[in-house]
This record gives sequence, structure tokens and C-alpha cells, in this order.
Amino acid sequence: MNAKAAESPAPHKGFAASLVTDSLDFVGDTVMLAGQALGCILRGRAALAQTLLQMSAIGVDSLPIVVAITFSTGAVFAYYTASVFVRFGATNLAGGTLVYGFLNELGPVLAGVAVAARSGAAIAAEIGSMVVTEQVDALRAMAVSPTRYLVAPRLLACLLMMPLVGVFADLAGSFGAYLMSGFHGVPHQAFLQSARTFVGTGDLLRGLVKTLWFGFTIAVVACRQGLRTSGGATGVGRATTSSVVLCVVLIFISDFFLAQILTGGTVGTK
Amino acid sequence: MSAASIEDVHLTLAGKPILKGINLEVGEGEIAAVMGMSGSGKTTLLKCITGLLKPTAGRIIIGGTDIVPLNEHRLNEIRLRIGLVFQHAALFDSLTVYENVAFGLVHNRRLPSAEIRRIVRQRLAEVGMEGAEHLYPAQLSGGMQKRVGLARALAMEPAILCYDEPTSGLDPVIARTIDDLIVRTRDRTGATAIVVSHDISSILRIADRIAMIADGSIVACGTPGEIRASEDERVQAFLQAL
Repeated sequence: MNAKAAESPAPHKGFAASLVTDSLDFVGDTVMLAGQALGCILRGRAALAQTLLQMSAIGVDSLPIVVAITFSTGAVFAYYTASVFVRFGATNLAGGTLVYGFLNELGPVLAGVAVAARSGAAIAAEIGSMVVTEQVDALRAMAVSPTRYLVAPRLLACLLMMPLVGVFADLAGSFGAYLMSGFHGVPHQAFLQSARTFVGTGDLLRGLVKTLWFGFTIAVVACRQGLRTSGGATGVGRATTSSVVLCVVLIFISDFFLAQILTGGTVGTK
Repeated sequence: MSAASIEDVHLTLAGKPILKGINLEVGEGEIAAVMGMSGSGKTTLLKCITGLLKPTAGRIIIGGTDIVPLNEHRLNEIRLRIGLVFQHAALFDSLTVYENVAFGLVHNRRLPSAEIRRIVRQRLAEVGMEGAEHLYPAQLSGGMQKRVGLARALAMEPAILCYDEPTSGLDPVIARTIDDLIVRTRDRTGATAIVVSHDISSILRIADRIAMIADGSIVACGTPGEIRASEDERVQAFLQAL
């Protein structure tokens, strides 16, 4: 009846070994969670009420922050560049350059970072709190899968709302750039004409594909970090911080590869 | 016939052995209590019984099925027959009392909403929480939260009800109310109860059989009378706290 289990202490792991195992653990865990959550969504088993709540939290509640960030970034971007365009007599290029940059890069990335900081952190904190207060155990004890009830609705909400948030980011950023360019000598008509000439639907769609991927990354990483919370309030704080850091880093790294993949090496053609 | 049979269960977490060969039979309709000091492995054992933790070795037989090798999907079928009342209630804080009690029914049973409403009201009345349907967990005291937790577990009409430290942190009067509720629930539903606690006076009052767990092993098991008469020094040390 008594102990059989080995009493030897856990072997000491070096920093490099620990980094490798933690990274593999993270990748394996995240991919598995994403697969299970996508399976729930495709089988139509994501909890509907939760999905609607999350759509509101992720989409609607993030919008003011996203609009504020992208509008001011667009304006600052134009502040630094408009005078250069005017000085070199290239005002007919200002609108095209700024809007092209926003639709392809700044809009999706800034929207991703803002949602990661606002909604990703909230997801990790909420699920982390549920873990440490045994609410996730209570779900499992009642035969309700945490992936179906917690992860799938958040993933679906992120996938549905991020492109929408991305569109608002593009609009707000371009509008900020348009206004500031006007203050610095770029005629409004020239700005709009330039944007019409240089920017096409493909640019908007490329940006939206990025937002879709960023939404996927934010939901899965934030849920994974939340579900792996341990250690009470400190653990929740750690999970929240690590969720934001991982999401932001992954957004920037994946953005580099997405830019290559989505443009296919033909940058700047409408 | 036994409702739950735990056979030579071992569990090691992060390299540390927590359960070291636990053996325990719980008869149908019995109130079995597992007592022990904090950190002795009581809650871990309860989590193994409910399938929330998977033992490293051994068998846990619930209703004739060994749950240890089951995957999450198959475990869910077993979990529908087990109710778990958590130490800190673990109510969903974003849901009202009504939604908490209805949760298992909504997600697992295809019942008309009027039927769900009837069951929820009945369960809340049984634990003396009628009229609290629209409150949120944060608006309830610890004792009230535990009663709602019990109503939530009862809503699914489980064959086995597991209680994790049901009286810890409660004043003696509320603790007595919870004890009475455990006994009344067993008498009314015939459900087997497994109570994990370090509240010795509560255990001696309600349990049909008591197992003492110390350092991950069962060191004594018997009726309250047999436990009182036990010569094991760990049991005696525990009883002296009375």
C-alpha cells in the first residue's frame, strides 16, 4: 500500500536546455489548442452566447484604442514625410505612399498590437483567474470542455472581428495622414488622386489577411497562456504579461514572413 | 456493491510523489470521509476520483469502469454521474446564481427551458437559497457560495457527490448547516458522498466511514467508532484536536 514512486530529485536543466524545452512545449501546446478550437468552430460547437460576448469585447471595446493609435500614427507619419514630398515636388506621391503603407503594414500591425495589448491581455487574465479559482476545473468536472466553452468562442470572435478592426485602423490612419498632409502643403485633391492611383483592392485584402492571422495568433496565445496559469494572483499577472509579450513578438515576426508571402516579391504594383 | 473503488493509486507531480498507493472502497449510498492534515493529498485524491488529475499508476473504478485510461471525451460520460463541490465553491463569477446552477443542464441535457427553471428553483430551495437566482457570486457570503456550489452539483442528479473541504473557513453555525445538508442530500437522493476534510468534528458527525490519509497513504480506515479507538499515533494526534 505504500510508496513506490521514485524519490530522486528532478534533474537540473541548463538555461539553453530549458529554453528549448519551454519553446517546444509552447509550440506543441499552442498548435494542439488551436487545432482543437478550430475543430470546435468547424463542427459548429463554439458556445454562441460566449462568442457574441467576446465579439463585443474584442471588436467593439478595442475600436476606440485602435482608432486613436492609428489616427495619431497616420498623422505623425504624414508630419515627417509630407514636407519631404513638398520639398521635392512630389506631392502627387504623398497620398499613394502613405495610404499604401497603412493598408499593407501599419494598419494591420498597429491593430494587432492594440488588440493584443487590450483584448489579448484581458483573455489571458480572465482565463488565468478562472484557472486559479478552480472555475476551469469546475467546467471539466461538469463535463464541459474548456476548449469548447472558453477557447473556441474567443478564437472565432478574434477571427471575425480583427478584419473589421483592421478596416477601421486603415481608415483612421489614412484619415490622420490625409489631414496632416493637408496642413503641410499637400493639396487634398492631390492626396486622394495619388491614393486612387497607387493603391488598389489587393492592398486592402493583403492587410486584412494579416489581421486575420494576427487575430488567430492573439486568441490562441492568450488562451494558452491563461490556461497554463499557476500560482495565484502572481501567476495571473505573469500569464497576462507573457501573453502580451508573446503576441506582440509573434505579430512582428509573422508580419515579416506574411509580407513576403502575400506580395510574392512584387511590391508596389496596384 | 461499491460506488467507487480506488486501487493502489499513485500520483507524482513535478517529480514529487503525492499519492503513494491509496486503496479505498466506497459503498453505494455511503458517506465516506477522507481526513488528513493540509497537504496530505486529500484534494489530490478527490481530483483523481473526478478525473481532473490522472494517477501515475493504479485503478479508479466508478460504476464498474476504470476511469484512469479514459480520454477526456470518455471521462465526460463518467463525470456526468459525479458532482463535485469545490472548497471555494468555484462558481463562475461572470454568471448569476441561476446560470451557475443551470450550467450543467444547459450544456449536457437537452431539456426545455421551463424544466431547467423548475430544477434550478428546486435545487436552490433544497439548499435554502431560493430568491438568490439573480445575484452574482461576488454578492454572496462564503457559506452561501458553498450552498450554491452544492445546488449546482445536485442539479445534474449525480450518483456520487464529492465535497472538497465543505466546512473550511465557515463559522460553526454555517458549518453545521452544511453538514446537515450533506446528510439530508444523501438521505433524499441516495447519492454516495465522498467528503474530504480536515474538520474532524464535522467528519465524526456525518461520516459512515472514515479514512485517514497521511503523507499520501491511507493509515487508518473504519467507522467513526473504530477511528476513535485507533491506536495509530497520527490518528490520535488528529483526534486530539477535537
